[in-house]
Amino acid sequence: MSEQKHLVDVRNLKQYFTVKSGVLEKLQLKAVDGVSFTIDEGETLGLVGESGCGKTTVGRTILHLYKPTGGEVWFDGKQVTDKNIGSFRKDMQIVFQDPYSSLNPRMTVSDIIGEPLDIHHLYANKKERADRIAELLNIVGLNSEHANRYAHEFSGGQRQRIGIARALAVKPRFIVCDEPVSALDVSIQAQIINTFEELQEKLGIAYLFIAHDLLVVQHMSRRIAVMYLGKIVEIGPSADIIGKPIHPYTESLISAIPMPDPEAARHKHRIILEGDVPSPLRMPKGCPFRTRCRYATKACEESCPELREVEPGRFVACHNR
Amino acid sequence: MSEMPILQVKNLHTSFFTDAGEVRAVNGISYNLDRGKVLGIVGESGSGKSVSAYSVMQILTDTGRVTEGEILFNGDNILKYDDKQMAAFRGSKISIIFQDPMTSLNPVFTIGNQLREAIRIHTDRNKEEIQARALEMLQLVGVNEPEKRLKQYPHELSGGMRQRVMIAMALACEPDILIADEPTTALDVTIQAQILELMQDLQKKMGMAIIMITHDLGVIADMCDEIIVMYAGKVCERGTADEIFYNPRHEYTKGLIRSIPRLSEKHEKLVPIAGTPVDLLNLPKGCAFASRCDRAMKICLREHPEEIRVNENHIAACWANVLQMYEEEQGGTNA
Repeated sequence: MSEQKHLVDVRNLKQYFTVKSGVLEKLQLKAVDGVSFTIDEGETLGLVGESGCGKTTVGRTILHLYKPTGGEVWFDGKQVTDKNIGSFRKDMQIVFQDPYSSLNPRMTVSDIIGEPLDIHHLYANKKERADRIAELLNIVGLNSEHANRYAHEFSGGQRQRIGIARALAVKPRFIVCDEPVSALDVSIQAQIINTFEELQEKLGIAYLFIAHDLLVVQHMSRRIAVMYLGKIVEIGPSADIIGKPIHPYTESLISAIPMPDPEAARHKHRIILEGDVPSPLRMPKGCPFRTRCRYATKACEESCPELREVEPGRFVACHNR
Repeated sequence: MSEMPILQVKNLHTSFFTDAGEVRAVNGISYNLDRGKVLGIVGESGSGKSVSAYSVMQILTDTGRVTEGEILFNGDNILKYDDKQMAAFRGSKISIIFQDPMTSLNPVFTIGNQLREAIRIHTDRNKEEIQARALEMLQLVGVNEPEKRLKQYPHELSGGMRQRVMIAMALACEPDILIADEPTTALDVTIQAQILELMQDLQKKMGMAIIMITHDLGVIADMCDEIIVMYAGKVCERGTADEIFYNPRHEYTKGLIRSIPRLSEKHEKLVPIAGTPVDLLNLPKGCAFASRCDRAMKICLREHPEEIRVNENHIAACWANVLQMYEEEQGGTNA
């Protein structure tokens, strides 16, 4: 293990799903294929990529919501396994993308936020439970009078706050934020982003912030990892990834962001990627990106490039860079 | 005087009559669309941006109705059209593409079937010509292996490909106006870039005007000549892209621009717009944005601001501008 102790240490994580195709044929879908990264106490790592690249699966596999096919997850120096995951649930939580389907419509807000308190026996008596729920509602910017209402009585942004309060209930040290703002309107998005930031400042929580919106991710994160078809292709400090991307995929991803600035839009050169993302069931041999890459060579066909350190703290998986 | 705008919307009101009451989705919006220009309509969910476009197409749901106003296409009020005239008008003069290319294509018919139908209805070409046109359209929108695609069903295509097919269908009869309702919201960033590039390209080639409806300020800045910012069914502000982004004059627009993250080295906190959007069932008396506005004054709660011309390229409906103009005038006389 490295000299510096990381809060979350993901090593060569793999998650394969078996998918039926046709009557007898079974195919392996490599949703996550050898992903490694670390997150320090109180740090935010952004994870970006397009749909189907495996970013959500990474988040869920870390929490053992799916049983990993291979690799290890370490939390605070201890390995997380299927057997002991229960004892880590208090430290690792998740906030989901869709604030409509992730809250039980038949439970009141106090039931929803109280459930983790019940499960982990975090109160001595009823009053303490009610106080804690009120406190949590206040932390996320809701009113304690909201406790007895049902989820459908709230707007999207308020629901997302309820989801955050539920995650905070057990005082976690690490939260997987799985596209927590992509279902929200722009003005509400900013409110929730600020809430996440304030919580981090106050409580020192580390985030794995998963999103497809690069503008949001770079705003939230100190470091960013870029995924493509189950693999991390580039990881490094946010400013570097955005300012001078090295991997051809990152490069085109960043050039594709529509800038909310007409002047920049006029002078921008978009690097348009040809075609679509290949099916993860029939992955190209060698580098997964080579079918859309303008720099692809013979070497890219033959072997899949490994992540290597090109600058201190900056890793890129490309044969040509 | 320049050429007559291809589309003029005048004081349009659209409501939905539901069990809970009248939902006033669009409350008096007016705009002109010039030939071959791209007009962006930006706003949050429920701001009435889609409904305003559906009103132009007359494709509102059963409960929805245009209650007031005029929609002039080449000077002709289309609200006076009967069903038959309207059916001939849709698709040939104005087309629309929707957000979700999966649900807007029919899953039980092949791509070719649907594309040919669009051409057959609006032209009097024979079978071979229709087939040839369908192929030509698919090539134009950059669908690879077009012969094969014509025989395939929507589920066999990726999201980006489906949106290309939708565009091909919409443009097959060379309409004068294309309405794009969140055309890239369901797509990934790199695919979004492809589709935006394609739309810009086709617009140059075919010269149609585009109404681009989106909540994404980035897409708007990228694509549009003119921008309308909508809130609670009303126009807050209307102007050229540069005016809206660099000289916003409505507090809501300012708030929107402040609340999006930017690419920057140093970390700046976002400034969100406080509160939540208004209830369209009970619209407030004055300015709909007043309850969320930092600079709201007494008059904002009482009266809705008129649209005020800020300059040649810019109109805004905000009392703060009236105040500012008054102060400038006073300052002028004092000096």
